[in-house]
Amino acid sequence: MSEIATPRSFLRTHVFSVDHKVIGKQYLDLALVAVFTGMLLSWLMRFHLAWPETPVPGLGTVAPSGAAGGVMTPEFYLSLMTMHGTIMVFFVLTTAPFAGFGNYFLPIQVGASDMAFPRINMMSFWVTLVAFLVLISAFFVPEGAPLSGWTAYAPLSAVGKDAGPGQGLGQTLWVVSILIFCVAQLLGALNFIVTTLDLRTKGMSLARMPLSTWAWFITSVIGLIAFAVLMPATILLLLDRVAGTSFFIPAGLVISDRLQPHSGGSPLLWQHLFWFFGHPEVYIAILPGFGIVSHILPVFARKPLLGPRVFIACLIAIAFLSYTVWGHHMFLSGMNPFSATLFSIPTLVITIPATIVTLLWIGTVYGARLRFTSAALFCLGFISVFVSGGISGFFLAQPSIDTYLHGTYFVVGHFHFVMGVAAMFGIFAATYFWFPKMYGRMMSETLGKWHFWLTFIGVYCVFMPMHYLGLAGNVRRYSAFTDDYLKPLIPLHRFITVAALFTGAVQLIFLFNVIRSRLRGAPAPANPWQGTTLEWSTSSPPPHDNFGGPPPAVHRGPQEYGAPGAVDHIMQAAP
Amino acid sequence: MGKLFAIVVTVIAIVSATLFALHVWWLPVDISAHGARIDRQLNETMVAAGVLFVVAQLALAWFAWRYGAGPSSRGVKTFPGGATPMVVLAVVLVGFEILTLTFVGSKVWAGIYQSPADPNSLQVEVQAEQFAFYFRYAGPDGRFGAMHPELANDATDNFFGLDPANDTTARDDIVVATLTIPVNRPILLQLHAKDVNHAFYVPELRIQQDFVPGMVIPLHFTATQTGKYEIVCTQLCGLGHYNMRAYVEVIAPDQFDQWLKQKAEQQ
Repeated sequence: MSEIATPRSFLRTHVFSVDHKVIGKQYLDLALVAVFTGMLLSWLMRFHLAWPETPVPGLGTVAPSGAAGGVMTPEFYLSLMTMHGTIMVFFVLTTAPFAGFGNYFLPIQVGASDMAFPRINMMSFWVTLVAFLVLISAFFVPEGAPLSGWTAYAPLSAVGKDAGPGQGLGQTLWVVSILIFCVAQLLGALNFIVTTLDLRTKGMSLARMPLSTWAWFITSVIGLIAFAVLMPATILLLLDRVAGTSFFIPAGLVISDRLQPHSGGSPLLWQHLFWFFGHPEVYIAILPGFGIVSHILPVFARKPLLGPRVFIACLIAIAFLSYTVWGHHMFLSGMNPFSATLFSIPTLVITIPATIVTLLWIGTVYGARLRFTSAALFCLGFISVFVSGGISGFFLAQPSIDTYLHGTYFVVGHFHFVMGVAAMFGIFAATYFWFPKMYGRMMSETLGKWHFWLTFIGVYCVFMPMHYLGLAGNVRRYSAFTDDYLKPLIPLHRFITVAALFTGAVQLIFLFNVIRSRLRGAPAPANPWQGTTLEWSTSSPPPHDNFGGPPPAVHRGPQEYGAPGAVDHIMQAAP
Repeated sequence: MGKLFAIVVTVIAIVSATLFALHVWWLPVDISAHGARIDRQLNETMVAAGVLFVVAQLALAWFAWRYGAGPSSRGVKTFPGGATPMVVLAVVLVGFEILTLTFVGSKVWAGIYQSPADPNSLQVEVQAEQFAFYFRYAGPDGRFGAMHPELANDATDNFFGLDPANDTTARDDIVVATLTIPVNRPILLQLHAKDVNHAFYVPELRIQQDFVPGMVIPLHFTATQTGKYEIVCTQLCGLGHYNMRAYVEVIAPDQFDQWLKQKAEQQ
């Protein structure tokens, strides 16, 4: 295969590389830029919610129209919120755990020299980067970024600038960005699926695949179907905006005192298409975290995951069910209330495989010989925040309770825990765990542990109080709380803001650790954590073709830890 | 390190659960006929979910405390019975909870959203627009004038797009910015959206419903306590979303009749 020949030029090695490892690192670097951008936006939002009249130093200079004198306008707040959600969901939670780590480690873990389609792989990264740049450019157009949220509900998102500033060119750029992103995801998902099915090394049966690879594989299948629905939906939305069609716009709308020249469309159609993608997207964000925890926790517990086959069965069950629950976002949307009951049942049923998986992790910790590395701590933290976020799902899955809690901060707390923070903890665990392999250098464990403790306490201080706000009826997506009944809640908002600023600042420890360790971390051995899977059977970092020759044959399952006979672990590749 | 983790997780779980249990931040008073059932459902879920939350966090904390790194001579132990007890526990416990919640909860939901409105309901049309709510009563003739979107004009206060010049039923329609309703009488709202999605949410009434352009969505409830409460928009509708509100004023029935008469005379 010509792709395996080591490239010589700088451009081919580091920029337009077809090496899945370089592409994986490029995805992770993109996600790193995206996550700090998204976090900066959330800082500005949180500050504004706590102290709406206090100017933010420098903001007036950066955004003279949106925040003259440093105090932001309501539309500027909403554009920050829209961009925060979009950046985080698409360019961090989808990009890092799935495209980033998956790209780097899936081929190595199955014993392949590269992805099945290396050029398509390279293309999916560059297409993702274009999507990111198009999205960010929305900040720099005259009316600013869109303000319709990451869900872009029509007709607000469909009718153009009559609906508000940012709904003109800014919203069009948003739609185009998501459309481009879909292309990249579809290419990536196909590549992952084919690589998993076709390029496994000798002896690597499906049952012997590491659980992280299983999770990426199932995530690819979910993504293939989900993005295949979002893509045409964004095309229809784009046509409504630029070509005068009316897929999502009904007749008789009067916006800014102008009768809109549309008729025959349905706003609910957009919601159905969006959430048919949107709910599986939650699992696209979190299932790689499931795989990462199930892969890493056993390494530091020095024992196999409890019930690995049950775990895989649960992943498959979740993947199937994820397509039957989208209507729980729409209980109060105006769809037939009878369907709310129907959508609520699979939503509650999906908690069964999720609960089983959680119990498998907790049961794995039982009787372990835990090594408390930074990666292990983030795995334990993942379990804790996933429990916290998952349990609030019990409330929102029930239409009768959603009647009260829908559209409140309870929902914000719920999804930030269960897909935001939990997925981030998965990313952190993966980073501390695989960094030595990827860069050939160790990260600082001292800094890693500080990062864990401060983040762990911080996220609870940020997101647990949001549940209390929701119970008190605090509506989300408000740029200020001027209602009489919301005013008593402002002190709690201030607490959350202080906690968010603190937790955000703590992430600079992580950034510093990553940069410093890349440049001058201690050299990493091939297998620093005494892992068993194939990535630990090659050098750190691996050579261009991954194994410096033909991939090794595999003789056993991925989690041979603490086997009877006083052997600590046996490598998959050991004869 | 394991002990520290156990302590932190335990403190987090107990503090969080206590703040829920003490109702430090809680739902406002319920002023609706159906709200007690929602509150009961919420409370039952809170107890069930709260127990699961605390037990799961404490189990994690306990194991992390107990099973820290030991000498490698100490072997590892498998959970008694392997994965089977986990599967059984999850299926039985969560399954039972789901069944109960679904059966009881769907009855509560159906009672509010799937039951027909009382035939004697007071009918009020609601128009939501960026960034206000308007309410329309039928007037003495008991009939609502037809809505013509092209006639809607905020500058002339024609929020509903009525055509009183040609439409006799529209002439006596009463349009106001505060939803005034009599206590203990079933109310049927018909929700219209003029421009984009909005939502009708009154926390005290335990009711919420989206407005969708192109659809007329019925919503019915009965208020059981007099007073003035805020109606807020919960569906992102544009830059003034945070400021989109109106009031619902629940008054005694005779007061309401008088108010309606007075409004009709002003037309």
